[in-house]
Amino acid sequence: MSQSQPSTRRLARRVSWETILALLVLIAVIGGTLLNKDFLTVENWSNLLANFVEIALMALPLSLIVITNEIDLSVASMLGLSSSLLGLLWEYKLAMPLAIVICLVVGALCGALNGFLIVRFRLPSLAVTIGTLALFRGFAYIVLGDKAVADYPPEYAEFGIGNVPYTFIPSPFVLFIVLALIFWVVLHHTTVGRSLYAIGGNQTAARFSGVNISQLKMLLFIASGAISALAGIVFTFRFSSSRADNGTGFELSAIAAVFLGGVTVQGGKGTVTGVVLSLLLIGIINNVLTLADVASEVLRIVTGSLLIISILLPNLIASTHERLRLRERQREINRLVGASVAK
Amino acid sequence: MTKEMKSAAAGQRWLSAVLRSREGNLVLLIAVLTLLTTSLNPRFISPQSLKDLMLNVSIIALLVLGQTVIILMRQIDLSISSIAGITAFFSGTLFINYPGIPSLAVVLIAILAGLLLGGVNAALIAWGRIPALITTLGTLYIFRGANYAWVHGRQVNAVNVPGSFLAIGTSTFVGIPILTWIVLILLVVFAIGLRQYRVGREFYAIGSNPNAAVLAGINVSRRLATGFLISGAIAGLAGALWLARFGTVDATAAEGIELSVITSTVVGGVAITGGVGSVVGAVLGALLLSVFSSTLVFLRVPSFWQQAFQGAMLLLAIAADAYLAHRHALRLRVKWSHV
Repeated sequence: MSQSQPSTRRLARRVSWETILALLVLIAVIGGTLLNKDFLTVENWSNLLANFVEIALMALPLSLIVITNEIDLSVASMLGLSSSLLGLLWEYKLAMPLAIVICLVVGALCGALNGFLIVRFRLPSLAVTIGTLALFRGFAYIVLGDKAVADYPPEYAEFGIGNVPYTFIPSPFVLFIVLALIFWVVLHHTTVGRSLYAIGGNQTAARFSGVNISQLKMLLFIASGAISALAGIVFTFRFSSSRADNGTGFELSAIAAVFLGGVTVQGGKGTVTGVVLSLLLIGIINNVLTLADVASEVLRIVTGSLLIISILLPNLIASTHERLRLRERQREINRLVGASVAK
Repeated sequence: MTKEMKSAAAGQRWLSAVLRSREGNLVLLIAVLTLLTTSLNPRFISPQSLKDLMLNVSIIALLVLGQTVIILMRQIDLSISSIAGITAFFSGTLFINYPGIPSLAVVLIAILAGLLLGGVNAALIAWGRIPALITTLGTLYIFRGANYAWVHGRQVNAVNVPGSFLAIGTSTFVGIPILTWIVLILLVVFAIGLRQYRVGREFYAIGSNPNAAVLAGINVSRRLATGFLISGAIAGLAGALWLARFGTVDATAAEGIELSVITSTVVGGVAITGGVGSVVGAVLGALLLSVFSSTLVFLRVPSFWQQAFQGAMLLLAIAADAYLAHRHALRLRVKWSHV
């Protein structure tokens, strides 16, 4: 037993969370293929990827925010606001490219408001973004009321639902691939990325090491706002519809993906690869359940449970490890005490 | 010193005490708002609209009691709306499936159901060590999803519910709705419990400084669990009363109400950073928000503005609390710098 224990622990240390997620994705793909013959078709995969593109977009900046030990609950409301604003501007016959730019700027401003309140006034991000969750969704209702705008030009609707030529990859998904690459480079291969980990690990130590915490956090919240607005634009074109309640509750899926991806609540840990894999896993699970005609309310239960399990499981593993370590140390102490008494 | 001067000084002290306490400020704000709206539209203080106001604020104020306990401990409970929604429908089905069941039994069963769902939160937070935000965000969707799956498009209507039960939500006693009486009685219980009893003081201690609370020998996990059980039970009661108030309940009952509850609590002076605030202030916060939203209705502001106003008020309250705490800290530093 004393032989096997250290070796399993060494194994546990070597098997990263990303490997486990990759295995889970593989299992989900195999399971989906066995359960449903429609699963492994080009058409279905194109659907699968398209269906989580908004959540995937929002999860990228969100994971960086969680790594610095903050949170942004207002992402789905910024999505709704951007979608509503796009509808209003289009109704006012504004040129579409200009309307898109305005939406992105407004998104960035919303993010800047979050960042300003959190960084400048040192307010807890949880409380601030619960407030702006209501505020931005309220703005969406002020902008569009209970109207719906649907008459978008066909070329934009085509971008929303079409694929990249000669592939099964949905056009909006390209945005995600590009942004994921950018975030991967920034987080894992630049000083900015190292600074983000430093902030999450120990904010005081980071400050004394000369990291400009306020500036970085501000940038992250602005990025979160702009990318959520982008997700709102994608959502609008994908469904050819602007409504004030678009994307309500999406923050749950985005947060679930971030935590399932191995970003810890205490901050300072997590990788872009992990988050991308967990997004894929959630996407596959939702897709398999939808193919099996499971009602959408059950999907909510699944996402909520995934969120809780993604934190409960590591916690349980950690506490079991801790207990084993303590028992081992107690045994060592007993042995030493026994030896000294014998002497 | 003459008598007049003395009474003037006492009056001034009293005034400054009112101005300084959060409760005093809230009462003043509510009074000013009421006067302003009444001067624009005298129907604002007609008996009917006052009764409506009391009924509207009651369920929110009830949920605020539980949320105060939670926020005092630096935690948050987002799942109350889903618990209230599921117990509202559950109470209705009890009346349908067991005709003749006493109203009191239904209320008690609803409270038990809420306690059970609160217990799920309590177990995950206190023993699973998952942050309250994550847990209750998850259970907000799990409970609501379960509710949708269970209700499956059905509805409980007022005809399914006995009149004696609906009377809780409509009839009055000494001019005040019975629903409001229930909340007032619980308010007194909570106010005394939080002020005078050990459990109550421990909630404050945990929120002020969790590490110090552990060192002081407080069983923090157990207190966290107590808080979420209380919050769940209150949400269960709120669900039963929701049915009594509205008569018609479907799967969407009480959806999104957690935002109003949290906003009321924080506007009422319970600091989101824990350890500060009173349950009376929190309920006054709920009253202020309710008066404010009926003011908007009376001034014919489109209903679409309501949510944005609520978010803005929450942000303002958080900022104000942080500013006050900052000033207080500065004053303490000045005071002790001479020592």
